[in-house]
Amino acid sequence: MPLNDNKRFVERDRNWHPPAYAPGYKTTVARSPSQAYVSLQTPSVSELAGPDFTRLRMGPHDNDLLLNFRADNEAQAGLPIGERVIVFGRVVDQFGKPVPNTLVEMWQANAGGRYRHKKDGYLAPLDPNFGGVGRCLSDDEGWYRFRTIKPGPYPWPNNINSWRPAHIHVSVMGPSISTRLITQMYFEGDPLIPLCPIVHTLRDPEAVETMTGRLDMARSRSMDCLAYRFDLVVRGELQTYFENQG
Amino acid sequence: MQQPNSQPSAALMLRETASQTAGPYVHIGLALDIAGLPPREEEIWNRLASPQADGEAIELVGRVIDGNGDLVRDALLEAWQADAHGNYQCEFDLQAAFNSFGRTATTAESDGEWCFHTIKPGQVARRDGRLMAPHVTLAVFARGINIQLHTRLYFEDEAEANAACPVLNAVESPARRQTLIAKREESEGKVRYRFDIRLQGEGETVFFDF
Ligand SMILES: [Fe+2]
Repeated sequence: MPLNDNKRFVERDRNWHPPAYAPGYKTTVARSPSQAYVSLQTPSVSELAGPDFTRLRMGPHDNDLLLNFRADNEAQAGLPIGERVIVFGRVVDQFGKPVPNTLVEMWQANAGGRYRHKKDGYLAPLDPNFGGVGRCLSDDEGWYRFRTIKPGPYPWPNNINSWRPAHIHVSVMGPSISTRLITQMYFEGDPLIPLCPIVHTLRDPEAVETMTGRLDMARSRSMDCLAYRFDLVVRGELQTYFENQG
Repeated sequence: MQQPNSQPSAALMLRETASQTAGPYVHIGLALDIAGLPPREEEIWNRLASPQADGEAIELVGRVIDGNGDLVRDALLEAWQADAHGNYQCEFDLQAAFNSFGRTATTAESDGEWCFHTIKPGQVARRDGRLMAPHVTLAVFARGINIQLHTRLYFEDEAEANAACPVLNAVESPARRQTLIAKREESEGKVRYRFDIRLQGEGETVFFDF
Protein backbone atom coordinates (compact mmCIF):
# COMPACT_ATOMS: atom_id res chain seq x y z
CA MET A 1 0.00 0.00 0.00
CA PRO A 2 1.54 3.36 -0.94
CA LEU A 3 1.98 5.55 2.09
CA ASN A 4 0.26 8.88 2.18
CA ASP A 5 2.87 11.58 1.84
CA ASN A 6 0.26 14.16 0.94
CA LYS A 7 0.50 15.63 4.40
CA ARG A 8 2.80 17.58 6.60
CA PHE A 9 3.19 18.34 10.28
CA VAL A 10 3.01 21.71 11.99
CA GLU A 11 6.57 22.95 12.16
CA ARG A 12 8.29 22.17 15.42
CA ASP A 13 8.83 25.43 17.32
CA ARG A 14 12.50 25.23 18.22
CA ASN A 15 12.17 28.23 20.54
CA TRP A 16 9.55 26.43 22.56
CA HIS A 17 11.61 23.30 23.07
CA PRO A 18 14.88 23.63 24.96
CA PRO A 19 17.84 24.72 22.83
CA ALA A 20 20.65 22.23 22.24
CA TYR A 21 23.11 24.52 24.01
CA ALA A 22 21.81 25.32 27.48
CA PRO A 23 24.92 25.86 29.64
CA GLY A 24 23.02 25.79 32.96
CA TYR A 25 22.71 22.07 32.21
CA LYS A 26 26.42 21.46 31.86
CA THR A 27 26.37 18.27 29.81
CA THR A 28 24.78 20.15 26.91
CA VAL A 29 27.93 22.26 26.47
CA ALA A 30 29.95 19.57 24.66
CA ARG A 31 26.96 17.71 23.23
CA SER A 32 25.23 20.54 21.36
CA PRO A 33 25.77 21.02 17.62
CA SER A 34 27.27 24.40 16.76
CA GLN A 35 26.18 24.38 13.11
CA ALA A 36 22.64 25.24 12.04
CA TYR A 37 20.29 22.34 11.32
CA VAL A 38 19.46 21.80 7.66
CA SER A 39 15.71 22.27 7.21
CA LEU A 40 14.04 19.78 4.89
CA GLN A 41 11.68 21.96 2.85
CA THR A 42 10.05 19.04 1.06
CA PRO A 43 9.20 16.31 3.55
CA SER A 44 9.16 12.79 2.16
CA VAL A 45 7.77 9.53 3.42
CA SER A 46 11.14 9.11 5.17
CA GLU A 47 10.03 11.80 7.65
CA LEU A 48 6.23 11.61 7.38
CA ALA A 49 5.74 7.93 8.15
CA GLY A 50 6.56 6.07 11.33
CA PRO A 51 6.23 2.70 13.02
CA ASP A 52 2.89 1.33 14.13
CA PHE A 53 3.24 -0.85 17.23
CA THR A 54 -0.24 -2.35 17.27
CA ARG A 55 1.29 -5.82 16.78
CA LEU A 56 4.04 -5.50 19.37
CA ARG A 57 3.30 -8.19 21.93
CA MET A 58 3.19 -6.86 25.45
CA GLY A 59 2.85 -8.58 28.78
CA PRO A 60 -0.24 -8.15 30.98
CA HIS A 61 1.64 -6.00 33.51
CA ASP A 62 3.77 -3.93 31.16
CA ASN A 63 1.89 -0.79 32.28
CA ASP A 64 1.64 -1.80 35.94
CA LEU A 65 4.88 -1.03 37.76
CA LEU A 66 3.39 -2.23 41.03
CA LEU A 67 3.34 -5.75 39.61
CA ASN A 68 5.82 -5.99 36.76
CA PHE A 69 8.97 -6.58 38.80
CA ARG A 70 9.19 -8.91 41.76
CA ALA A 71 12.03 -9.98 44.02
CA ASP A 72 13.47 -13.43 43.15
CA ASN A 73 13.66 -14.16 46.82
CA GLU A 74 10.18 -15.26 47.90
CA ALA A 75 10.71 -13.87 51.40
CA GLN A 76 11.13 -10.38 49.94
CA ALA A 77 8.53 -10.58 47.20
CA GLY A 78 5.67 -8.13 47.46
CA LEU A 79 4.67 -4.65 46.44
CA PRO A 80 7.16 -1.83 45.92
CA ILE A 81 7.61 0.78 48.64
CA GLY A 82 6.18 4.22 47.92
CA GLU A 83 3.09 6.29 47.26
CA ARG A 84 0.80 4.38 44.94
CA VAL A 85 -0.23 6.49 41.95
CA ILE A 86 -2.02 6.20 38.64
CA VAL A 87 -0.43 8.26 35.88
CA PHE A 88 -2.73 8.65 32.92
CA GLY A 89 -3.61 11.03 30.16
CA ARG A 90 -4.55 11.44 26.59
CA VAL A 91 -2.28 11.59 23.58
CA VAL A 92 -3.63 14.27 21.23
CA ASP A 93 -2.16 16.30 18.42
CA GLN A 94 -1.93 20.08 18.36
CA PHE A 95 -5.43 20.30 16.88
CA GLY A 96 -6.84 18.26 19.75
CA LYS A 97 -7.26 15.14 17.63
CA PRO A 98 -6.71 11.96 19.71
CA VAL A 99 -3.77 9.77 18.71
CA PRO A 100 -4.93 6.15 19.10
CA ASN A 101 -2.76 3.02 19.38
CA THR A 102 0.47 4.85 19.80
CA LEU A 103 3.34 3.56 21.90
CA VAL A 104 3.85 5.32 25.24
CA GLU A 105 6.87 4.21 27.25
CA MET A 106 8.07 5.41 30.64
CA TRP A 107 10.85 4.86 33.16
CA GLN A 108 11.58 6.22 36.59
CA ALA A 109 13.50 5.99 39.84
CA ASN A 110 12.07 4.20 42.88
CA ALA A 111 10.58 5.95 45.90
CA GLY A 112 14.08 6.66 47.23
CA GLY A 113 15.25 8.26 43.98
CA ARG A 114 17.36 5.29 42.85
CA TYR A 115 17.22 3.86 39.34
CA ARG A 116 17.53 0.17 38.65
CA HIS A 117 20.43 0.77 36.27
CA LYS A 118 23.95 -0.65 36.30
CA LYS A 119 25.34 2.86 36.32
CA ASP A 120 23.28 4.41 39.11
CA GLY A 121 25.25 4.30 42.34
CA TYR A 122 23.16 6.63 44.51
CA LEU A 123 23.07 5.86 48.25
CA ALA A 124 19.35 5.16 48.29
CA PRO A 125 18.71 1.42 48.08
CA LEU A 126 17.17 -0.51 45.23
CA ASP A 127 13.67 -1.75 45.90
CA PRO A 128 13.61 -5.54 45.31
CA ASN A 129 10.07 -5.21 43.97
CA PHE A 130 10.52 -2.29 41.65
CA GLY A 131 11.98 -2.27 38.14
CA GLY A 132 10.89 1.19 37.01
CA VAL A 133 9.85 0.58 33.40
CA GLY A 134 6.43 0.63 31.76
CA ARG A 135 4.86 0.75 28.33
CA CYS A 136 1.42 0.63 26.74
CA LEU A 137 -0.46 1.59 23.62
CA SER A 138 -2.92 4.46 23.82
CA ASP A 139 -6.48 3.22 23.35
CA ASP A 140 -8.87 4.05 20.49
CA GLU A 141 -9.44 7.51 21.94
CA GLY A 142 -5.82 8.24 22.75
CA TRP A 143 -5.91 7.45 26.48
CA TYR A 144 -2.99 5.74 28.20
CA ARG A 145 -2.49 4.72 31.84
CA PHE A 146 0.16 3.38 34.16
CA ARG A 147 0.08 2.29 37.77
CA THR A 148 3.26 2.92 39.71
CA ILE A 149 4.76 4.53 42.80
CA LYS A 150 5.73 8.17 42.96
CA PRO A 151 9.49 8.41 42.29
CA GLY A 152 11.74 10.20 44.76
CA PRO A 153 13.90 13.23 43.95
CA TYR A 154 17.61 12.53 43.55
CA PRO A 155 20.86 14.48 43.58
CA TRP A 156 23.03 14.72 40.48
CA PRO A 157 26.37 16.28 39.63
CA ASN A 158 25.68 19.57 37.86
CA ASN A 159 25.97 22.42 40.33
CA ILE A 160 27.37 21.52 43.73
CA ASN A 161 23.95 20.69 45.13
CA SER A 162 21.57 19.98 42.25
CA TRP A 163 18.48 17.82 42.74
CA ARG A 164 16.05 16.53 40.19
CA PRO A 165 12.43 17.07 41.10
CA ALA A 166 10.42 13.85 41.24
CA HIS A 167 9.84 12.94 37.59
CA ILE A 168 8.85 10.18 35.23
CA HIS A 169 10.56 9.97 31.85
CA VAL A 170 7.89 9.62 29.16
CA SER A 171 8.44 8.64 25.53
CA VAL A 172 5.74 8.82 22.85
CA MET A 173 5.93 7.89 19.19
CA GLY A 174 2.82 9.53 17.70
CA PRO A 175 1.84 8.91 14.08
CA SER A 176 5.26 9.61 12.57
CA ILE A 177 8.93 9.83 13.37
CA SER A 178 8.32 13.59 13.02
CA THR A 179 6.09 13.52 16.10
CA ARG A 180 8.49 11.43 18.17
CA LEU A 181 8.99 13.00 21.56
CA ILE A 182 10.71 12.23 24.86
CA THR A 183 9.84 14.36 27.85
CA GLN A 184 9.61 14.19 31.63
CA MET A 185 6.51 14.46 33.77
CA TYR A 186 6.88 16.52 36.93
CA PHE A 187 4.43 16.49 39.82
CA GLU A 188 2.31 19.58 40.35
CA GLY A 189 3.50 21.71 43.25
CA ASP A 190 6.96 20.15 43.67
CA PRO A 191 9.21 22.90 45.11
CA LEU A 192 12.22 21.41 43.28
CA ILE A 193 10.75 22.18 39.84
CA PRO A 194 11.80 25.86 39.77
CA LEU A 195 15.29 24.93 41.06
CA CYS A 196 16.10 22.32 38.43
CA PRO A 197 18.74 23.10 35.77
CA ILE A 198 17.11 20.67 33.34
CA VAL A 199 13.70 22.31 33.74
CA HIS A 200 15.50 25.63 33.21
CA THR A 201 16.63 24.58 29.74
CA LEU A 202 13.13 25.74 28.76
CA ARG A 203 12.81 29.47 28.30
CA ASP A 204 9.04 29.76 28.46
CA PRO A 205 7.36 29.04 31.82
CA GLU A 206 4.30 27.87 29.89
CA ALA A 207 6.41 25.10 28.37
CA VAL A 208 7.10 23.85 31.91
CA GLU A 209 3.35 23.68 32.46
CA THR A 210 3.08 21.22 29.55
CA MET A 211 5.33 18.85 31.51
CA THR A 212 3.45 19.05 34.80
CA GLY A 213 1.19 16.18 35.85
CA ARG A 214 -1.93 17.40 37.68
CA LEU A 215 -3.45 15.78 40.71
CA ASP A 216 -6.86 14.43 39.64
CA MET A 217 -8.95 13.55 42.67
CA ALA A 218 -11.83 12.30 40.52
CA ARG A 219 -9.70 9.49 39.12
CA SER A 220 -7.96 8.78 42.41
CA ARG A 221 -9.20 5.66 44.19
CA SER A 222 -10.21 5.94 47.80
CA MET A 223 -8.12 3.86 50.18
CA ASP A 224 -5.91 2.88 47.22
CA CYS A 225 -4.04 5.45 45.13
CA LEU A 226 -3.87 9.03 43.90
CA ALA A 227 -4.06 9.88 40.21
CA TYR A 228 -2.04 12.33 38.15
CA ARG A 229 -3.14 13.39 34.71
CA PHE A 230 -0.54 14.06 32.08
CA ASP A 231 -1.73 14.73 28.55
CA LEU A 232 0.78 14.43 25.75
CA VAL A 233 0.47 16.81 22.82
CA VAL A 234 2.30 15.84 19.63
CA ARG A 235 2.72 17.82 16.42
CA GLY A 236 -0.46 18.47 14.48
CA GLU A 237 -1.00 16.76 11.15
CA LEU A 238 -2.15 18.76 8.14
CA GLN A 239 -3.30 17.64 4.72
CA THR A 240 -1.72 19.33 1.73
CA TYR A 241 -4.72 20.47 -0.31
CA PHE A 242 -2.98 22.60 -2.89
CA GLU A 243 -0.06 21.32 -4.85
CA ASN A 244 2.46 23.94 -5.77
CA GLN A 245 2.61 23.58 -9.54
CA GLY A 246 4.46 26.86 -10.11
CA MET B 1 -18.03 32.03 21.20
CA GLN B 2 -15.44 34.14 19.46
CA GLN B 3 -14.89 33.72 15.77
CA PRO B 4 -11.63 31.90 15.18
CA ASN B 5 -10.25 34.73 13.08
CA SER B 6 -10.67 37.18 15.92
CA GLN B 7 -8.27 35.19 18.11
CA PRO B 8 -4.52 35.29 18.15
CA SER B 9 -3.25 32.35 16.14
CA ALA B 10 -1.56 30.57 19.05
CA ALA B 11 -4.98 30.04 20.66
CA LEU B 12 -6.13 27.98 17.68
CA MET B 13 -3.63 25.27 18.35
CA LEU B 14 -2.29 23.43 21.37
CA ARG B 15 1.40 23.72 22.11
CA GLU B 16 3.44 20.57 21.71
CA THR B 17 4.50 18.97 24.99
CA ALA B 18 8.02 20.26 25.58
CA SER B 19 10.98 17.94 25.17
CA GLN B 20 13.41 17.02 27.93
CA THR B 21 16.62 15.05 27.78
CA ALA B 22 16.27 11.27 27.82
CA GLY B 23 18.93 11.35 30.55
CA PRO B 24 21.64 8.85 31.52
CA TYR B 25 19.20 6.08 32.42
CA VAL B 26 17.24 6.02 29.15
CA HIS B 27 18.13 2.32 28.89
CA ILE B 28 15.78 1.38 31.72
CA GLY B 29 12.89 2.45 29.54
CA LEU B 30 14.05 1.85 25.97
CA ALA B 31 17.04 -0.54 26.07
CA LEU B 32 16.40 -2.81 29.05
CA ASP B 33 19.27 -5.18 28.42
CA ILE B 34 21.82 -2.33 28.62
CA ALA B 35 20.39 -1.24 31.97
CA GLY B 36 20.62 -4.82 33.24
CA LEU B 37 16.86 -5.42 33.31
CA PRO B 38 15.22 -8.68 32.20
CA PRO B 39 13.60 -8.59 28.75
CA ARG B 40 9.83 -8.43 28.36
CA GLU B 41 7.85 -10.58 25.95
CA GLU B 42 9.00 -8.54 22.95
CA GLU B 43 11.55 -5.76 22.79
CA ILE B 44 12.29 -3.22 20.07
CA TRP B 45 15.98 -3.60 19.30
CA ASN B 46 18.70 -3.49 16.70
CA ARG B 47 17.89 -6.37 14.35
CA LEU B 48 15.77 -4.85 11.58
CA ALA B 49 16.23 -7.71 9.14
CA SER B 50 16.19 -11.49 9.52
CA PRO B 51 18.13 -13.73 7.08
CA GLN B 52 14.86 -14.13 5.12
CA ALA B 53 14.63 -10.41 4.32
CA ASP B 54 15.14 -9.35 0.70
CA GLY B 55 18.27 -7.37 0.00
CA GLU B 56 21.91 -7.25 0.95
CA ALA B 57 22.51 -8.05 4.65
CA ILE B 58 24.65 -5.35 6.22
CA GLU B 59 25.66 -3.99 9.58
CA LEU B 60 25.65 -0.32 10.42
CA VAL B 61 28.13 0.60 13.13
CA GLY B 62 29.59 3.74 14.60
CA ARG B 63 30.38 5.87 17.54
CA VAL B 64 28.95 9.09 18.90
CA ILE B 65 31.62 11.69 19.68
CA ASP B 66 31.20 14.92 21.63
CA GLY B 67 32.78 18.35 21.12
CA ASN B 68 35.84 17.34 23.15
CA GLY B 69 36.47 14.29 21.00
CA ASP B 70 35.27 11.97 23.75
CA LEU B 71 32.99 9.00 23.17
CA VAL B 72 29.37 9.43 24.18
CA ARG B 73 28.67 6.11 25.89
CA ASP B 74 25.11 6.69 26.96
CA ALA B 75 23.39 7.51 23.67
CA LEU B 76 20.31 5.77 22.36
CA LEU B 77 19.71 5.72 18.60
CA GLU B 78 16.59 5.03 16.62
CA ALA B 79 16.76 3.98 12.97
CA TRP B 80 14.08 4.35 10.34
CA GLN B 81 14.70 3.00 6.87
CA ALA B 82 13.02 1.59 3.77
CA ASP B 83 13.28 -2.06 2.77
CA ALA B 84 15.38 -3.22 -0.20
CA HIS B 85 12.57 -2.17 -2.56
CA GLY B 86 12.33 1.36 -1.20
CA ASN B 87 9.16 0.76 0.82
CA TYR B 88 8.69 1.52 4.49
CA GLN B 89 7.30 -1.36 6.53
CA CYS B 90 5.36 0.65 9.06
CA GLU B 91 3.63 -2.20 10.83
CA PHE B 92 6.21 -3.22 13.39
CA ASP B 93 6.12 -7.00 13.69
CA LEU B 94 8.95 -9.04 15.12
CA GLN B 95 7.67 -12.07 13.19
CA ALA B 96 8.23 -10.22 9.89
CA ALA B 97 11.45 -10.62 7.92
CA PHE B 98 12.06 -6.89 7.95
CA ASN B 99 11.08 -3.92 10.10
CA SER B 100 11.74 -0.32 9.20
CA PHE B 101 12.30 0.72 12.81
CA GLY B 102 14.94 -0.26 15.33
CA ARG B 103 16.89 0.92 18.35
CA THR B 104 20.46 0.61 19.50
CA ALA B 105 22.76 2.17 22.09
CA THR B 106 26.41 3.17 22.13
CA THR B 107 27.19 0.42 24.59
CA ALA B 108 25.30 -2.16 22.57
CA GLU B 109 27.80 -4.62 21.20
CA SER B 110 31.34 -3.38 21.51
CA ASP B 111 33.00 -0.67 23.45
CA GLY B 112 31.23 2.61 22.83
CA GLU B 113 29.85 1.56 19.44
CA TRP B 114 26.28 1.22 18.30
CA CYS B 115 25.21 -1.37 15.76
CA PHE B 116 22.21 -2.23 13.59
CA HIS B 117 21.75 -5.52 11.74
CA THR B 118 19.77 -4.69 8.65
CA ILE B 119 19.66 -4.72 4.86
CA LYS B 120 20.67 -1.99 2.49
CA PRO B 121 17.59 0.14 1.79
CA GLY B 122 16.34 0.89 -1.71
CA GLN B 123 15.80 4.34 -3.13
CA VAL B 124 12.73 6.27 -1.98
CA ALA B 125 10.89 8.83 -4.11
CA ARG B 126 9.68 12.16 -2.80
CA ARG B 127 6.26 13.37 -3.81
CA ASP B 128 7.84 15.68 -6.39
CA GLY B 129 9.07 12.50 -8.08
CA ARG B 130 12.74 13.02 -7.29
CA LEU B 131 14.55 9.94 -6.05
CA MET B 132 16.50 10.09 -2.82
CA ALA B 133 19.64 7.99 -2.54
CA PRO B 134 19.41 4.97 -0.19
CA HIS B 135 19.48 6.29 3.36
CA VAL B 136 18.68 5.52 6.98
CA THR B 137 17.21 8.24 9.18
CA LEU B 138 18.80 8.23 12.63
CA ALA B 139 17.61 9.98 15.78
CA VAL B 140 20.10 10.47 18.62
CA PHE B 141 18.95 10.74 22.24
CA ALA B 142 21.26 11.11 25.24
CA ARG B 143 22.01 12.85 28.48
CA GLY B 144 22.91 16.43 27.53
CA ILE B 145 20.76 16.30 24.38
CA ASN B 146 17.61 18.27 25.13
CA ILE B 147 15.70 17.17 22.05
CA GLN B 148 16.68 14.37 19.72
CA LEU B 149 19.03 15.12 16.83
CA HIS B 150 18.07 13.84 13.39
CA THR B 151 20.60 12.81 10.82
CA ARG B 152 20.76 10.55 7.77
CA LEU B 153 23.19 7.80 6.97
CA TYR B 154 24.05 7.44 3.26
CA PHE B 155 26.23 4.80 1.61
CA GLU B 156 29.71 5.41 0.18
CA ASP B 157 29.20 2.98 -2.70
CA GLU B 158 26.10 4.79 -4.02
CA ALA B 159 28.07 7.69 -5.46
CA GLU B 160 25.78 8.26 -8.43
CA ALA B 161 22.55 8.22 -6.42
CA ASN B 162 24.16 10.34 -3.72
CA ALA B 163 25.20 12.98 -6.26
CA ALA B 164 21.58 13.26 -7.44
CA CYS B 165 19.90 13.11 -4.00
CA PRO B 166 17.86 16.27 -3.36
CA VAL B 167 18.31 15.97 0.40
CA LEU B 168 22.09 15.59 0.27
CA ASN B 169 22.15 18.53 -2.11
CA ALA B 170 20.14 20.61 0.34
CA VAL B 171 23.31 20.63 2.44
CA GLU B 172 25.09 23.66 0.99
CA SER B 173 28.62 22.76 1.97
CA PRO B 174 29.98 19.81 -0.05
CA ALA B 175 32.44 19.11 2.74
CA ARG B 176 29.63 18.82 5.26
CA ARG B 177 27.73 16.42 2.96
CA GLN B 178 30.60 14.00 3.51
CA THR B 179 29.67 13.75 7.18
CA LEU B 180 26.55 11.84 6.07
CA ILE B 181 28.36 9.16 4.05
CA ALA B 182 29.02 5.84 5.77
CA LYS B 183 32.24 4.02 4.80
CA ARG B 184 32.06 0.46 3.56
CA GLU B 185 34.17 -2.24 5.21
CA GLU B 186 34.26 -5.95 4.52
CA SER B 187 35.59 -8.54 6.92
CA GLU B 188 34.87 -12.25 7.40
CA GLY B 189 32.30 -12.09 4.63
CA LYS B 190 30.30 -9.39 6.40
CA VAL B 191 29.51 -6.03 4.91
CA ARG B 192 29.64 -3.24 7.39
CA TYR B 193 29.14 0.50 7.00
CA ARG B 194 30.83 2.75 9.52
CA PHE B 195 29.20 6.01 10.48
CA ASP B 196 30.52 8.13 13.33
CA ILE B 197 28.26 10.89 14.59
CA ARG B 198 30.13 14.00 15.69
CA LEU B 199 27.89 16.16 17.81
CA GLN B 200 29.96 19.31 17.72
CA GLY B 201 33.05 20.97 16.28
CA GLU B 202 35.41 19.66 13.63
CA GLY B 203 33.65 17.32 11.24
CA GLU B 204 30.31 18.00 12.93
CA THR B 205 27.63 15.73 11.48
CA VAL B 206 24.84 17.44 9.57
CA PHE B 207 21.61 17.40 11.57
CA PHE B 208 18.22 18.00 10.01
CA ASP B 209 15.08 19.77 11.07
CA PHE B 210 11.88 18.35 9.62
FE1 LIG C 1 15.64 10.88 35.63
